[in-house]
This record gives sequence, structure tokens and C-alpha cells, in this order.
Amino acid sequence: MAQITLKNLAHSYLPNPQSETDYALKEMDHVWQDGGAYALLGSSGCGKTTLLNIISGLLTPSHGRVLFGDRDVTDATTAERNIAQVFQFPVVYDTMNVRDNLAFPLKNRGKDAAYIKARVDQIARMIGMEAWLDRKAQGLTADAKQKISLGRGMVREDVNAILFDEPLTVIDPHMKWELRTQLKELHRQFGHTMIYVTHDQTEALTFAQKVVVMYEGRVVQMGTPEELFERPAHTFVGYFIGSPGMNFLEADVQGDRALLPGGETVMLGAHYGPVAGRVQIGIRPEHATLVASGGLPLTIRRIEDVGRHRLVRGEVMGRPLNVVMPEGMPVEGLPQVAFAPQKINVYADDWRVVPQEEGAA
Amino acid sequence: MEKTQNNKAWFLVLPVLVIVAFSAVIPLMTVVNYSVNDTFGNNEFFWAGLEWFDEMVHSSRLHEALGRQTLFSAIILAIEVPLGIFVALNMPKKGFWASLVLVLMALPLLIPFNVVGTIWQIFGRTDIGLLGRGLKALGLDYNYTSDPLDAWITVIVMDVWHWTSLVALLCYAGLQSIPQAYYQAARIDQASRWAVFRYIELPKMKGVLLIAVLLRFMDSFMIYTEPFVVTGGGPGNSTTFLSIDLVKMAVGQFDLGPAAAFSIMYFLVILLVSWVFYTVMTNLDRSQTDIPEAM
Repeated sequence: MAQITLKNLAHSYLPNPQSETDYALKEMDHVWQDGGAYALLGSSGCGKTTLLNIISGLLTPSHGRVLFGDRDVTDATTAERNIAQVFQFPVVYDTMNVRDNLAFPLKNRGKDAAYIKARVDQIARMIGMEAWLDRKAQGLTADAKQKISLGRGMVREDVNAILFDEPLTVIDPHMKWELRTQLKELHRQFGHTMIYVTHDQTEALTFAQKVVVMYEGRVVQMGTPEELFERPAHTFVGYFIGSPGMNFLEADVQGDRALLPGGETVMLGAHYGPVAGRVQIGIRPEHATLVASGGLPLTIRRIEDVGRHRLVRGEVMGRPLNVVMPEGMPVEGLPQVAFAPQKINVYADDWRVVPQEEGAA
Repeated sequence: MEKTQNNKAWFLVLPVLVIVAFSAVIPLMTVVNYSVNDTFGNNEFFWAGLEWFDEMVHSSRLHEALGRQTLFSAIILAIEVPLGIFVALNMPKKGFWASLVLVLMALPLLIPFNVVGTIWQIFGRTDIGLLGRGLKALGLDYNYTSDPLDAWITVIVMDVWHWTSLVALLCYAGLQSIPQAYYQAARIDQASRWAVFRYIELPKMKGVLLIAVLLRFMDSFMIYTEPFVVTGGGPGNSTTFLSIDLVKMAVGQFDLGPAAAFSIMYFLVILLVSWVFYTVMTNLDRSQTDIPEAM
């Protein structure tokens, strides 16, 4: 096991990348802690799979280095890196039975038969396929096949990391929960570094200790679920995490207050230095409340009841704004919306601006 | 509720039935008619019953032709299938070279059969053919017109040249349909090249291989034009395959009755062997996928 370091890493699928848009991965510097459970989150086509394949060695990056511990593995093969990877769609060896499928990575590495048997039995129990061990893998259902793929990914104990590329896409919902729980359990038990690619925020937030959010080939934030929720580093993280995403309003920030185009003032929880570029303030729907007065005028378009809370969809000065209301709280007679000052973030050209106190601390 | 049956729909099938009748059933029945009659010309027929069949079943001429034919098909399959797979595995997967190789591979398949025969007939000649003269220059005693073994080798090499492309292209199509993830998973699992072939590529090619084997069997078992042009069935009868013998009998000797009986049995043999191939290969598949519903 090892810490994974990405040094000035970038990748382009083109032979002669000219501009930044030619890069599937923009230059990045990151350290992935040994034994961490990471989720790689982002919309389709943002470079998640590219990054994953570079870490596993299926793809050689066009720029930069990959280090496992102190060892430079940029040009090392997948086998040398000793990595396990599970793919989005099930990959099973059709002509083998389930047992041989699970044993395959161990056999190829010349482990002895007794060890293989014990290990395969253990994994089979974990993925709930004990009764199926002597069946041919061909003709099994997609989720049974994917469980075999997962099992094959986990069967080796000495791997440096286990990478999952949206592994639960084909699994039905109740099984998803179960398998995800098992993966977490496995992580707790063996402490493998795990990197889990997904575009589903719930999956990412429940699985990982640290979530890495990618946007257009760039890692825009790497943080705990709480950090992503409270202090999104980029407006994309604000949109992408949370349901619905963060509200953004154009504003002019001066010191500890934001001036909106309509002339209203919003108090901020911190003091900001001069902010240049396109400035926006961001507030989570959960941190906005309807009030009788003292806030911004809100035009309510629609109210959705989503179970434990109600979602108010409205507009402030022509800009859409969502508010999450606790259940049972009346909406009538509250024509304005107020924000919790401490929960407001300021963005310049989509990137979060660090307030002076936080920056100094 | 009972579904209402409307048999009028059968009328819609009628045009097809008529066409098939004229294109296949009626000609076939003519052959059946010949096979149970004797004729001395003038469109006069005499009932002969199963006499011709009896004669053909016990004919050593037919037995020998069948033996040669079976040996020929067996050799063709034994060479073309592995060679085709090997070629397909080594063909470039994308880019300019992939297109070029595909065109080159398709070329032999586009050449008319008798032209293929003519090409090899000239190619192998020891006086003007490049192959024949070349072998002679190397000091080999090669002459396909007088040596049965040379004739066989020539006919087999010609068929391999002509038809391996078909097997290769089918296998290539099968290989191209394998998702990249399988190869990636194999790399992760540290599978050897042989294991990748044995556990990924071969199983995924099984469907197209079944088609390739069937097509190559049927075509090679019915082969006529190319060996006829090259060797004319000789030297002696050494390359007289079933079709060549049949044409000799029917058109050369005008033995319509025996030839008709011969061709019916020929047809049944091809049908039978194809059926056996198909059943064996699909059953092989089924026994592997036969999974009781449990989960």
C-alpha cells in the first residue's frame, strides 16, 4: 500500500495539444493518502475515467508523473503497480465458472492452491455468491456478473489501491446499498486505498471520506462532504453537490457586505478584501429562510413537497432562487427571503474568494 | 380468452411460396423424378424405383469421391480456421492500416471462381507460371498435372488463398466487438497473452466461428469451379471431388438417373453434416449457460 502522488499531471489524447481545451485532464498536483476512501465525482466527460486509468496504468499520461510512495510508476505496467480495478460494465470470463473467475488474478500471480481456495470462499461469502461458485459465469444476470467483477477486484489482499469506475451502474437500487455498505466495511477491515468514480453525489458522499470533484478536466475541490457542502471552492461544486444546488446572485462585494444590482444590501459573515472579476454570492437553499421583512423580495413560482421538507422555488430580481423550508412552516405572509450571513460564500470568476479572517488564520 | 384465429393471413405468404416453388421445389422435384426413372432420350421415362439409389450407395466411384471430398474439407477447415483466427488477431485494429488491410483481405473474395482457378492454373505451370518455375528453379520436382500430391497441394493452397480471408474477416468482426474493458480487466488481472486469447477472445468469437466453420464446410464440400479449372479432376481421378464427378456423370455421360440419385444423396449429406455441426456447437454453448433459475 502506498500514498499516491500526482505531480504536474496532465493528459491529452491528441498527439500535439495546442491549447488548454485539447487536454482531457488539465495540469494537477494531488496527493491521495494511503488507506483513504476517495470518491471521484463529476458529470460525464469531465475526465474521471481518464484520471482513474492513469492511476491504474491502463493509460500513460502525456505530461507529469505518478508516484506510489516514493516510487515513480509513470511508465510502470498495471501489473507492476499492483492495482485492482472494477469497471462500469461487468467483465467476467464467460467460459470459466464463478470460482475460477474469482481465483483468476491469484492464479496468474502464482499463489498456492490452499490460499486461493480460502480467499475465494471468503470473497464469495462477502458478495453473496457462495452457492454459485461452480456455475458457469456466462448467462448470469448483469448484477451477478458485476458482483463477480467486484469480487475479482477485491480478491487480492496486497494491492496498492482498488479503483472503482462507476461499478454500481448496472446494479438495482436495493443491491446498490448493500454492496456499497460492503465496500465501506471492506475498507474499514483491510484499509486499502479506494478510489470510487461516480456521477451520483449520494453515492460519493456516503462512500467516501474525501470527495474529489472534477469539472472540465480539472479537480476543482478535494474535501470532506461537509467542506463541499459548506464551502464549495467552485460554483460547479455548489451546483453539483446538494439537491437542489446552491443559489448564486450577482453582487458587488465591499468589505463585509454585498450590494445587489437592485440596490439591496446583503450582510456577509466575514470581511473581504477587494474582489475583481465576475462576482457572485452563493447560498445553499438550506441556509435561506422566508421572512416577513428585512430580506430580499422573493417571487414564489412553485412549492414542492419533497417529504421531510418543502422546496420553495422562486425568483429574486429575475434570478432563480430556491429555499428549503422545514415541514409544517407556513409560507403565507412571508414575502421576503433572508440568508444566514455565516453561510454565504463569495465567488469571483467561479472560484471561491477566501475571506480575510479565514485567510489569515 | 381464446385468441381468434384468422387463417386468411396465409394468403400473404402465397407469393413467397410461389417463388420458392419455381426457384427451388420444382427443380428439385425434377431431380427426384429423374432419380426414380430411367431414360434413353426422346423424353421417354421408365420407372426404375430405388434402383439408382441402390447402385449409387454401393458405387465405389462415389465412395472414393466422397472420401476425397471429406479429406479435402477436413484439411481446408484445419488450415483456414486457425490461420484465419491468427490473421484476424494480428490485423491492425484502427487507422489507415486497418482500412488498407481490410481491402487487401477482401480482394480474393471478390474474384470470380473460374478466374481464381485460371490464376492458379497459370501460376502453377512449370513452363510459364511464376510458382511452377520458381519451384523448379529451387530444384523441386513439382508438376500438378502429373503428380497427384502436387495437384492436391495446389488445390488446397488455392482454396486457402481464396477463402482464409472470409474466416479472418468474420473473426476480425468478432474481435472488434469485444469491449476494451475486457482487455483492461485482463491487464489488471495480469492475464497472459494466451489466457486473453483462451478466456476472452476465443469465447467472444464463438458465434462468428460457428458461421465461418459452417460456410467453409458447405462451400468446400460443394467445391467445383476452381479445381475443375486447375486440374480438371486429375491427374487420374485424384482431385475428382463430388461435384466434379457429378457433372461428369450427368453432363458428360448423360446418366441422368444415377446422377439425380447421386445429387439427392449429396444434398442430404451436406444438410446432415451442417446440421450436426450446428447442433454440436450450439449445444456446447447451451450446456455452459444452462443455469437453473435460483436467484
